[in-house]
Amino acid sequence: MNLLSVNEYGLYCKQGDFYIDPWKPVHTALITHGHSDHMRWGMSHYICHHHTVPILRLRLGEDNSVQGVAYEEELEINGVKISFHPAGHIIGSAQIRLEYQGEVWLFTGDYKLEPDGVSQPYALVKCDHLITESTFGLPVYHFPSNAAIYADINAWWRSNAAEGINTVLLGYALGKAQNILAHADERIGPIFLHGAVDNVNNALTEVGYRFAGTRITADTKRDQIRGALIVAPPSAMDTPWLRTLKPYRIAMCSGWMQLRGARRRKGVDRGFPLSDHCDWRQLNQAVIQTAAKHVYVTHGYEHNFSKWVREEYGIGGSIFKTLYNDAEEENV
Amino acid sequence: MRDFEHLFEAIDSTTKTSAKVSAIARFLREAKEEDKLFAIAVLIGNKPKRPVKTTDLRLWASEQAQIPLWLIEESYYIVGDLAETISLILPVPAVDTTPNDPSLRLIFEDIIRMRSLSSLDQRDIVIRYWMGLQGTGLFLFNKLLTGNLRVGVSRKLVVKAVASYLHMEETEIEHRLMGKWTPFEETMQSLFQDDVQETKHFLPYPFYLAYALDKDPVELGAITDWVVEAKLDGIRGQLIVRKSELFVWSRGEDLMTDKFVEFEPLRDILPDGTVIDGEVIPWKDGKPLDFAVMQTRIGRKNVSKSSLVMAPLVMVCYDLLEWEGNDIRDWPLSERRKQLELLLSNYPVSHVLKLSQRLDFEDWTAAENYRKDARRYQSEGLMLKHRDSAYEVGRKRGNWWKWKTDPMTIDGVLIYAQSGHGRRANLFTDYTFAVWDDGELVPFTKAYSGLTDKELHVIDNWIKRHTVEKFGPVRSVTPTLVFELAFEGINLSSRHKSGVALRFPRILRWRQDKPASEANTKEDLLNLIAARDESIR
Repeated sequence: MNLLSVNEYGLYCKQGDFYIDPWKPVHTALITHGHSDHMRWGMSHYICHHHTVPILRLRLGEDNSVQGVAYEEELEINGVKISFHPAGHIIGSAQIRLEYQGEVWLFTGDYKLEPDGVSQPYALVKCDHLITESTFGLPVYHFPSNAAIYADINAWWRSNAAEGINTVLLGYALGKAQNILAHADERIGPIFLHGAVDNVNNALTEVGYRFAGTRITADTKRDQIRGALIVAPPSAMDTPWLRTLKPYRIAMCSGWMQLRGARRRKGVDRGFPLSDHCDWRQLNQAVIQTAAKHVYVTHGYEHNFSKWVREEYGIGGSIFKTLYNDAEEENV
Repeated sequence: MRDFEHLFEAIDSTTKTSAKVSAIARFLREAKEEDKLFAIAVLIGNKPKRPVKTTDLRLWASEQAQIPLWLIEESYYIVGDLAETISLILPVPAVDTTPNDPSLRLIFEDIIRMRSLSSLDQRDIVIRYWMGLQGTGLFLFNKLLTGNLRVGVSRKLVVKAVASYLHMEETEIEHRLMGKWTPFEETMQSLFQDDVQETKHFLPYPFYLAYALDKDPVELGAITDWVVEAKLDGIRGQLIVRKSELFVWSRGEDLMTDKFVEFEPLRDILPDGTVIDGEVIPWKDGKPLDFAVMQTRIGRKNVSKSSLVMAPLVMVCYDLLEWEGNDIRDWPLSERRKQLELLLSNYPVSHVLKLSQRLDFEDWTAAENYRKDARRYQSEGLMLKHRDSAYEVGRKRGNWWKWKTDPMTIDGVLIYAQSGHGRRANLFTDYTFAVWDDGELVPFTKAYSGLTDKELHVIDNWIKRHTVEKFGPVRSVTPTLVFELAFEGINLSSRHKSGVALRFPRILRWRQDKPASEANTKEDLLNLIAARDESIR
């Protein structure tokens, strides 16, 4: 019998009677990471990695019942062995491994194989049944190395700064923003933050992270922001707040920027294909290395990727219809 | 090509026209001399046709990338551009290999050469390029190969940059860029510096284009200061007789001399150094025929005898640009017209050259009444030209206006949606609409434009949530949304299920106030045709 299946509340483990990243209120929810489509409001009890705890408190409130666990730490619920493993997606992100009667299931949550230099790098977990996301599950998604992208970003900031123009980078406040900040070359100029980014950074100080950047407040003198790097969430685009930072050039940091159409539609000056998800190669590598005999594909190009897995590797490939939207696409 | 890659990246990474112009000018200063003209050709859209079948390209890419065809097809739906799709799926060469740097000329040569090669030989050339190129270079090669490279600059900006680089007038550059010149036979010197009258007698003048009138015509002053003409629905053309040769250019800068055989005798009738601007249009029994008649003729490679009888062409002349070898574009319109009228009456040309009649309205109200009913007079509306106006270059505001009659409209129900291309890739923006026929919805037109980006996003979202079936890139949706569609013409057609074909259909607005049941019917469409036929008779 399947250890995990999808019902109207979310990804459900019947044997253990708990959910992973449910979308409707349930009693026990294991949470892979702190993005809003995976960590939702209203669960009686949350279990997540220690570093996701402050995010959960920031976003869902202080009065939740939350249990933090370490990577590799073993739990057991109703006879199902549970452990969290680094997913390399964002700080605190985890793949969740379930073992019952000798059979191993793994839900990757959102993940990437390439280290971002901030979150704990992805760790390979062998399994019989792999449930993988497929946000970028098409062969056209082949991301350049993060190092190359960070170098491009710094070079662009440097040339903008030389003209006295601000550089605005749009990226998800949790994850992308910290990656950018950790790799921005502070010798180029000052770094400023949108409030949403600063809030996340502050929450993460509780678990020992420190990031560069000064929060822009109502009192910040705009004429002192020159040649600066400004990190803001995508929702800041086309807002009055952004207009106060003129003159600026603006870039979007997202895997979607790999495609010209998406970049042009966004109406930004530059698009950096900086992604916190696996690209096509990484997805394939994960499928091969986990040695799973059956792959269940969730959010993204699940139809194409499951068909590819069946044809290419001759293993089981099917679709798990979940409600995880790709945070990057919807919130961009 | 490396310089051109940088130019493309610079243009592509800004929306500011001044930055684009200076990027082109910088390219012209720094690039190799032999690359400049090829780059200008690409920038203004003068490039070789696609020599290979796109099915072959898919196949070769599939072999190279070891990805099944179906997955390439699925990727293409998402990317919305075949050249980009292929560039992204091809295997990335080992790190630290320096990509090739072929010249634009070489790429042009190879693409043209491929046209006469077998599919196997084409494959060898294409794969050699694929293995040697990366990133932007690979993308640009594939775009050139598929014949649809568009660089984000208008012709105007290119003209501006070339003018600033050569320290010449923009109007002069615009003039010299007319026609289908080839970078193989020209140099920067011959194209931009040589004497036009001597060596380029085939060259048309840049067309002067009117803006749509966007104000009350009363603001234009006394109607007597304006030359008012019917706006005909044909093909704008320029007829040139120089050095005992005849050239007829379309506004799209295609040389149409061979297709418009009716004008051939003019070579011997009109004096050298004559250039006339007018509307080429099928004409019978003293009045114009419908544009559809013209289309059947234009579409053919060879002009058949029957089409000469069915759709005999004339030029309705409205301007004279050159007379006795002199460029008279700076004369006032009234003078040019006077000379034109003389010419048309002094030479035996009345069977193929008609004067565009000046309509004498008492006041703007009378003109407005004509405009409203323009279709009844086989016209699209009115052209308003100031009597003192010079013949300018390109689209300019002020002295020439087009004042079109209102389009026909009909309310249709959205039934299919397909994702767009380029900027609209992966967004459902190409719609098929239906009207009611006996309780069923029959598709009658597609339309792509007319909505704001914001509306497009809302509707895209709605389509994703109301998909009934998927057929490849096309989705059928629950018939709910109603749109008002505008179009310029309507005709019976055996090719469409609904039996009608529309001209220039576009979306006028989203009728959020109307349920699908209240959309128009097929009968309404047929009535529009009947009403038009009535008025012609």
